[in-house]
Amino acid sequence: MSTTTLQTPPAEQAPGYDESPRPARRRGERSLTGKLVSHGILIVASLAALFPIAWLVFLSLGPDKDDYLHPGRIWDTMTFDNYSFVLQHTNFFEWMKSSLIVSLGTTVIGVMVAATTGYAVSRMRFPGYKKFMWVLLVTQMFPIAVLIVPMYQILSDLQLIDSYFGLILVYCSTAVPYSAWLLKGYFDTIPFEIDEAGRVDGLTPFGTFFRLILPLAKPGLAVAAFYNFITAFGEVAFASTFMLDDSKYTFAVGLQTFVSEHDAQRNLAAATAVLIAIPVSLFFYLVQKNLVTGLTAGGTKG
Amino acid sequence: MTVAIDRATGKRRGDRAPRPGRMQRLKHSYQKYWYAYAMIAPVVVVLGGLVLYPLVRGLYLTFTDANSLNSARTIGVNHIDATYKFIGLDNYKDILWGPTSYDRFWSHFIWTIAWTVLCVALHFCIGLGLALLLNQKLRGRTFYRLVLVLPWAVPTFVTVFGWRFMLADGGIINSMLDAVHLPAPSWLEDTFWQRFAAIMVNTWCGVPFMMVSLLGGLQSIDGTLYEAAEMDGANKWQQFRFVTLPGLRSVSSTVVLLGIIWTFNQFAVIFILFGNTAPDAQILVTWAYYLGFGQQPRDFAQSAAYGMLLLAILIVFTSFYRRWLNRNDQQLAI
Repeated sequence: MSTTTLQTPPAEQAPGYDESPRPARRRGERSLTGKLVSHGILIVASLAALFPIAWLVFLSLGPDKDDYLHPGRIWDTMTFDNYSFVLQHTNFFEWMKSSLIVSLGTTVIGVMVAATTGYAVSRMRFPGYKKFMWVLLVTQMFPIAVLIVPMYQILSDLQLIDSYFGLILVYCSTAVPYSAWLLKGYFDTIPFEIDEAGRVDGLTPFGTFFRLILPLAKPGLAVAAFYNFITAFGEVAFASTFMLDDSKYTFAVGLQTFVSEHDAQRNLAAATAVLIAIPVSLFFYLVQKNLVTGLTAGGTKG
Repeated sequence: MTVAIDRATGKRRGDRAPRPGRMQRLKHSYQKYWYAYAMIAPVVVVLGGLVLYPLVRGLYLTFTDANSLNSARTIGVNHIDATYKFIGLDNYKDILWGPTSYDRFWSHFIWTIAWTVLCVALHFCIGLGLALLLNQKLRGRTFYRLVLVLPWAVPTFVTVFGWRFMLADGGIINSMLDAVHLPAPSWLEDTFWQRFAAIMVNTWCGVPFMMVSLLGGLQSIDGTLYEAAEMDGANKWQQFRFVTLPGLRSVSSTVVLLGIIWTFNQFAVIFILFGNTAPDAQILVTWAYYLGFGQQPRDFAQSAAYGMLLLAILIVFTSFYRRWLNRNDQQLAI
């Protein structure tokens, strides 16, 4: 695999470079071999990144569930039948509905609940601050195994197993503290002078937050929202356990139903996978730039 | 009214009036801090209800012998009350020192540690290598970046299915290995190859995040530092060692911690790649899930006890990590 080739040190260390008699080369320019090696490694890595997904797309075009064994056959019998079958004869749209309800619900609740807290821990110091931050940090690293059993029992008691609301509640247990962390990072980048100006003009801290800071923090809110959405959308363990009715499955559970121990409809699974992946990855590419800055923006202050 | 916005106003602490009486102090602190407490109240309520309460209840369950046969349940119209009983620390004793504890806990524990270390090391090295390559002036840089981010853009549960089809018996990977006359391992059946496959797939999934974060870190390093190093006669390796790596320290200590936590807790990759078929390739998280939900009768108490142990491991690790960073004068950047 590419995994071993990629660790070669960067190409500019090509032998002979340091003793090169051509001092005229400007900073950031590379020798021709260096460039070729860089391109070579990047191409191999890109192929490694692309291939599993391209293969999934390719398999989704083969009409038979065992076509993955003889991929050569797919070239001659390529068809979109799998897609029309998935769209017409499976619960695809039901799953989409569940996925969207649960993910959007988590997103909205997570950001709304966390916004004021992110601001408070960014600007104010109060007794218990350190403990509170520690709790926020620790809840982010809860393994699912800690909460899944008691949550199952609690939701059973409340008759919330197999309901969207129950699943949203479970996801909020991680989405809320995580959003608070992310938002704190973003609020830290907004100058304190703005708060000061608002306070001088007679706004209460709530007024400062809602009228001045919140409008400025829209990109940060968007990043937190997007993170919540992606996490809730891709969550497997809770969704597989708490959703029992196959019309309420989210995509993460529904996709598993194609491949059971006895029968594997790989072609249909591949088609469904592609149908899920296309909109999500498009969405991801649209926002990914903000995503990275959002994650590391909080990185400068502890 | 005094509020606790001391960072906003630059208000100094320390020069205070003589210590007032208790009531006055309470009143004063209420007046000073009530905004802050009102603002964090929503999260406190949510955490109390959705994290603390289940945690306490889970902790209680670990002291019982609860399983799906003696827990409260409703079958049709009949409600059956819980009949499990308190057994103290027996679950923990059984997991850690019981007769088959090696097969059930310690083997998975060792494998989980190896899995975490290997995956994070691979994520970091490959991610750093690619970030360095992408940080130079290179034709098609944006294009490479877009393609390399793809494993992160597509949801994990989708891509792992793709891998499962590729790794299956007679799948494309084995066909290719056959074509070049290499032995074709049974990736999804043989324990060693299961573990190999799991690490490979998780590495594939996790590199883009590291790459993108480290690229951000690289771009924030001041270019004049390199110029200065060059003036001092540093070669490329020395520049990397003494400018790039220190410049990346704050980003990398954060992403490594995040990577360790995420990998340790990684559920989807192993669960979807193997389902219930690979008892020896399960890391502790998926093993705990298997105990609680993948078998009959469901062993709730043991599963919850595993969860508590996992949480304890993570908390201990994170505290040491932070202390170690603090000793090296670094702040954790999350």
